[in-house]
Amino acid sequence: MILSGQDLTALFVTLKLASVSTLVLLIIGTPLAWWLSRSQWRFKYIIEAIIALPLILPPTVLGFYLLISLGPNGPIGGLVDMLGGAPLAFTFTGLVIGSVFYSMPFVVQPLQNAFTAFGQRPLEVAATLRASPLDRFFTIAVPMAKPGFITASVLGFAHTLGEFGVVLMIGGNIPGSTQVASIAIYDHVEALEYGQAHWLAGSLLLFSFLLLIIVYGTNRRYTVGQP
Amino acid sequence: MTIAVRFNIQRGEFALNIDTVIPETGVTAIFGPSGSGKTTLLRAIAGLEHADNGYLKVGDTLWQGNGVFLPTHQRKIGYVFQEPSLFSHLTVQGNINYGVARAKDESSAAVLQQAIDLLGIEHLLKRMPWQLSGGEQQRVAIARALAANPSMLLLDEPLAALGDDQKADILPYLESVYQQLDIPVLYVSHSRNEVARLADHMLLLDNGEITASGKMSEIFTSLDLPMAHQSRAESIIKASVSHYDEEFGLASVAFLGGQFSVVAEPLIVGSKVRLQVLARDVSITLEPQQNTSILNIIPVTIDAIVKESKSQMTVRLIADETALLSRITCKSAYNLNLKEGDKVYAQVKTAALLT
Repeated sequence: MILSGQDLTALFVTLKLASVSTLVLLIIGTPLAWWLSRSQWRFKYIIEAIIALPLILPPTVLGFYLLISLGPNGPIGGLVDMLGGAPLAFTFTGLVIGSVFYSMPFVVQPLQNAFTAFGQRPLEVAATLRASPLDRFFTIAVPMAKPGFITASVLGFAHTLGEFGVVLMIGGNIPGSTQVASIAIYDHVEALEYGQAHWLAGSLLLFSFLLLIIVYGTNRRYTVGQP
Repeated sequence: MTIAVRFNIQRGEFALNIDTVIPETGVTAIFGPSGSGKTTLLRAIAGLEHADNGYLKVGDTLWQGNGVFLPTHQRKIGYVFQEPSLFSHLTVQGNINYGVARAKDESSAAVLQQAIDLLGIEHLLKRMPWQLSGGEQQRVAIARALAANPSMLLLDEPLAALGDDQKADILPYLESVYQQLDIPVLYVSHSRNEVARLADHMLLLDNGEITASGKMSEIFTSLDLPMAHQSRAESIIKASVSHYDEEFGLASVAFLGGQFSVVAEPLIVGSKVRLQVLARDVSITLEPQQNTSILNIIPVTIDAIVKESKSQMTVRLIADETALLSRITCKSAYNLNLKEGDKVYAQVKTAALLT
């Protein structure tokens, strides 16, 4: 076996983390992006700035604060503890929470752009054709923002795939639970296991490349990264 | 059923102050220069523009006022925007079905088919919006609005974004829509020609205020209003074809006040037409002329005279219920000693069918 059992597990955890995070991001990001695209609130830009923070913040900084807040004495960890839940730091759930913050701009921004792009008119037309606001959202806004959803999903997934700093800070590198491929590669390099590192890195490279090839190939009309 | 409208909308420097009643039948043109508030008024009626303190009652139903504001999707309207605004992710059929599916019991297969037939889009149903020309897209948009069986049709300059050829293409469809349907139509336009062809009533809007309202033919010919004083002043006469002369290619058309012969392609006897008579093509004589090339000479009474300049004046003539404008020189009026109330004859050099 070229990839060790632990490496395969790390790859699996990575894919699981990226899938779950993307799903959560779409569920949270869609209404958030919709609100940002329609709201006239004058301090909207503050929310936009907060969402964009992970773009420029060192992942270790984000990871550090998440570690503090997820810990038993932090606001989120404390709340979970109070409600009788298990601690979040060094768990897969904790990783998902971290990834959601970390990849948020990559999902919200393409969606917001897509929702803004088609303007108010199609929704007004739908309203004159008796469609209620929720009906308009699902039958007009979502289908018309399809390229944005594809871009958001791909970017959110791919960005989580490459996550390192945040995971290192709050994940704890527990094989089978929180050890992801990027950290496993780092471990191999640290231990001078270059062969193993090659196989794992190559797998990740190939997978990411194939993912983008499929998306670009099936959505030629859309430009990934610039909805 | 009438439509009572009262809106006070303030948008920055612009204020719209409307308090009027729109008739329940026929086409009411909302006419005025750009920036006069036509579109804002139409959007407020549709509920797309939220006017505080507005009042809108359609028939017995209060749409807005006394704390009520019916959202757009609960108003039984059809709305056609200036741009076709088809849903780009749906086929033509999908676009039309969108409203039908939501109108539930109010629409029916027959209404849907009538809309498709009236706009002549049967052959386009399977196509996507981007595969259609601008004119075809707008026809689909009109059919989409009609298919949901609205109780009022609102059109915001539906032809303004189209080229002349495509305009000419759609006008006959709109005419047949208006003739076939028995719902009030509000038609926003700044094109005099479209209004002449389509409207029954008019609201003249200027700078957010209604300056006049009434029957279209009256507004066109009233000497108290600006249209009768423009250089292209004209009278629009609703008439019906009483005879068609194949040999000379002439149609005889009858109206309240007389009968004209007009050059026309073959027409079916009984069909409704509109005649356009330019004021400068109407001259006045005291006696009916014999041995003249002019075919159309009718007895009229002088209703009013207004001097336009040192040399020209506009005379409003009445024949039964039909008003006719005449633009003559002041010298002629002086020579003939024309006064209000005089019985004279109008000689119409050209009357054109508006088709």
